[in-house]
Amino acid sequence: MTPAQRHTIPLRLALYAMMAVLAAIFLFPFLFMLASSFKGNDAIFADGATLRAVLPVGDLTTANYAHAFARGHIGHYFINSLVITVTTVALGLLVNSLAAFALARLAWRGKGAVLTLLVILLVVPFEAISVPLMVLVAKLPGVMFGVDGLVLTRSWLDTLYVQIVPFVANAFSIFLFYQFFRDIPKDFDEAAYVDGATPLQVYAHVIVPASLPVFATVTILQALAMWNQYLWPLITVPGEAARPLMIGMEQFFGARRTAWGEVMAYAALITVPVLIAFIFFQRWFVRSVVGSGVKG
Amino acid sequence: MSAPADRRGWTPLWFGAPAVLGLGLFVVLPFVMALILTFTDQRLVSPAPGAFVGLRNYDRLLSVSALVQNPVRDGVPVYARVRSVTRTKRAYLGYRPLAGFGLGRRRVTILAKDPAFLKALGNTFAFAVMVVPLQCGVALGLALLVNAGLRGQTVFRAVYFSPVVMSMVIVSVVWAFLFDRDLGLINQALGALSCGLIKPIDWLGNPSTAMPAIVIMSAWQGAGFQMLILLAGLQGISRELYDAARIDGASPWQCFWHITVPGLRHTIGFVLVVTTIAALGLFTQVDVMTGGGPRGATATVMFEAVQHGVREGNIAYGATISVVYFALITILILIQQLMQRRRVGEAA
Repeated sequence: MTPAQRHTIPLRLALYAMMAVLAAIFLFPFLFMLASSFKGNDAIFADGATLRAVLPVGDLTTANYAHAFARGHIGHYFINSLVITVTTVALGLLVNSLAAFALARLAWRGKGAVLTLLVILLVVPFEAISVPLMVLVAKLPGVMFGVDGLVLTRSWLDTLYVQIVPFVANAFSIFLFYQFFRDIPKDFDEAAYVDGATPLQVYAHVIVPASLPVFATVTILQALAMWNQYLWPLITVPGEAARPLMIGMEQFFGARRTAWGEVMAYAALITVPVLIAFIFFQRWFVRSVVGSGVKG
Repeated sequence: MSAPADRRGWTPLWFGAPAVLGLGLFVVLPFVMALILTFTDQRLVSPAPGAFVGLRNYDRLLSVSALVQNPVRDGVPVYARVRSVTRTKRAYLGYRPLAGFGLGRRRVTILAKDPAFLKALGNTFAFAVMVVPLQCGVALGLALLVNAGLRGQTVFRAVYFSPVVMSMVIVSVVWAFLFDRDLGLINQALGALSCGLIKPIDWLGNPSTAMPAIVIMSAWQGAGFQMLILLAGLQGISRELYDAARIDGASPWQCFWHITVPGLRHTIGFVLVVTTIAALGLFTQVDVMTGGGPRGATATVMFEAVQHGVREGNIAYGATISVVYFALITILILIQQLMQRRRVGEAA
């Protein structure tokens, strides 16, 4: 007997009603954003009082979207955010899984101490180190493409890589990989070693193929964190060239007379790709959240 | 065959080197730097290294004092101006008023060297105290609903989770409009539902409603995350327990209290701790929606750290706030560990 069959019909209707009301509460800001992105300021203000606010009705226009591209440089910021997210996640998968492999599958002296240190690093919130980290990267030597080729710079500020390099190595990612690798039966690699495989071959041909779920988990968690980053670019990227999407949002918002339709178009353009990814990979999103919670 | 030897020696070091380098350079080093900076007067733009100032930053950040005054005139009591006292008396030099209250005929004024920070600290705790129960309670309700075994529940689960994948910046901007006093949907809806009894509220412009508004929005954005973790906990509880209880004639309410709650205890504990730590780091919503206002009502610890450390260029003071924040989080985690250990001890 499944749980559903035990519910009486009135109870089932009541539960559906509750779920529907809650769904409306969870959806209306999103619907409002979408509907308003096709309206001008006057229409948004006029519709605010009624249900029309969340519906695409009245004088609809795509001008807001055109402005987001033309005046808002959203294409430029989008590419910046995409490069930052993809590079950090890809490098992070490699670097962190290799470190976790050494921790979980190789024997070496000092492993226990390193693991303890890792757990301590897990509880350092990024907010607590962001200000000193900014001081540090402001003084690191870097390279940049200038008018006459590569030039040496004396600071990482205002670059794409200041938004990438500090986030590649991640204690939480290492920990997730470590937990997963640890539970793979040891016979797998023993057999490979007997056949003469090197540790790198064991990593690439035995461990990685057996660990795709944890790779998906780390990818989703890291990609979301990088895509949505705000505090770090806010304090390290004042200029326009390396500006990511979230900071680009500010130019619309807080101005003397906010063009709300443009704000909403910009917001929709940032949000819709992520929501589409979420709908397609829902099962993996769910698994990654649950996976992040098992550590307790 | 030297295969086993490969797995010892230098190989593990090469595997771990990039991660160790990254974490050392970008987590450990800044943290150590933060500790050192707190004892200096280093500024952002000044090229010269800061001078050693001892505990002055901590003194400015955390000093609290109280001023008790007798009325200078009876009848309707009149007191000397606080500012005239703090300017003249040596013991109160550098202090500014934080809060005041009457005590009999006397007036007590709480003074601090940085009242803005202590206010921000209070705001941060107030936010956590409001948002953690709301968000976790909503999450538990949602988890129970989508676990009731109804058709279509995965769709509802996806809907409740969807705000989590939205950026907090976007969420803040959209809700800033929804909270608008005259144009926002929220006042319109409240007015319509109460038949005009509830007058329009200036949610983000009023010091007493600005933080609750941020609480509501934050819970809306984050509850789906905790819902999924609680859902996994619910599905870990054996069905047989419920079947056995029902045969014994237990009501749904009894089942909830005697099977669901004990079965979820560890998950709930974990969810509470994670949500609290996240809540204490409150920054984005405040920075986008209110800029710490109105009149400092929504300034938080992290907001103050960025305000001093970056926007005013006083790195040493910003770092001091960061270190105090980290100490707070550490104390919280230690308390949680102690409680968990005691509970395990009781169970044994």
